[in-house]
Amino acid sequence: MAFCIAVIGKDNAPLYLATSDMEQELQLQYHVHAALDVVEEKCLLGKGAPESKELYLGLLYSTENHKIYGFVTNSRVKFIVVIDSTNVALRENEVRAIFRNLQVLYTDAVCNPFYIPGESLTSKKFDRSVQKLMNGNA
Amino acid sequence: MSEEIVFDCLHAEIVNYCLDNNKKHDLGILEYIGFTTGYRLIERLTREVPRFKDELETMKFICTDFWTLIYKKQVDNLRTNNNGMYVVQDKAFRFLTRISPGTQQLEHAPKFVAFTCGLVRGALSNLGINSTVTAEVQSIPACKFHIEVNRN
Repeated sequence: MAFCIAVIGKDNAPLYLATSDMEQELQLQYHVHAALDVVEEKCLLGKGAPESKELYLGLLYSTENHKIYGFVTNSRVKFIVVIDSTNVALRENEVRAIFRNLQVLYTDAVCNPFYIPGESLTSKKFDRSVQKLMNGNA
Repeated sequence: MSEEIVFDCLHAEIVNYCLDNNKKHDLGILEYIGFTTGYRLIERLTREVPRFKDELETMKFICTDFWTLIYKKQVDNLRTNNNGMYVVQDKAFRFLTRISPGTQQLEHAPKFVAFTCGLVRGALSNLGINSTVTAEVQSIPACKFHIEVNRN
């Protein structure tokens, strides 16, 4: 159900990117890249306003075919999910659930002693679980 | 209670292990173990926590939630000069409570607080605060941690 799931590190370096359609990978990467500016903006705005203290950032922007959602952890790691905009069945709380699951998977991956923080995520277990999440049966 | 003693024993063994291998009493290794632990642990602990507004809020989280999860108690006092210096005081620091109180065993205190210095530094580092953490023990089991935020 999701087109693309990306994990971006605190210094905006990509840690992990998975796409469901290899042919669109470059375009999706571009979308994710563009979303980072919106994430930055939303985080800056959040400084004063109390209602925006949530980690979930909501819809960042949408294009003709895609909707891009964002999430920032307390450690400034960003999660970006790109979904099909024609899929109206996917509701907001389902997107939230994707992010929640993704965060659980990410924290598990970080707590692996063989993973060096800041390097790209190559864990097979993480990859498998994210693929499952992307297909909507986590 | 029984599961808490396991952590105490593990910590004591880590201290012994690190200091056995090098006779120079180098606490750097111990501090580094704390750092990596704190860095990874904070990712998990802040999962359900809303985003921190500022530095002080982060410090409060360290002193209440973080401390409670690790040491089963809150710190007794947190003071700041509002200019990047924080002093965290724990009147009965867990790793020192098993040592007889007073000033007699004071020379052994540094090795039991090095891990925690690293732990706090690692946690803050992952939350985006670059700091130096030092500890001060004047009489066992009380301990003061000085956190100095490096702003540059």
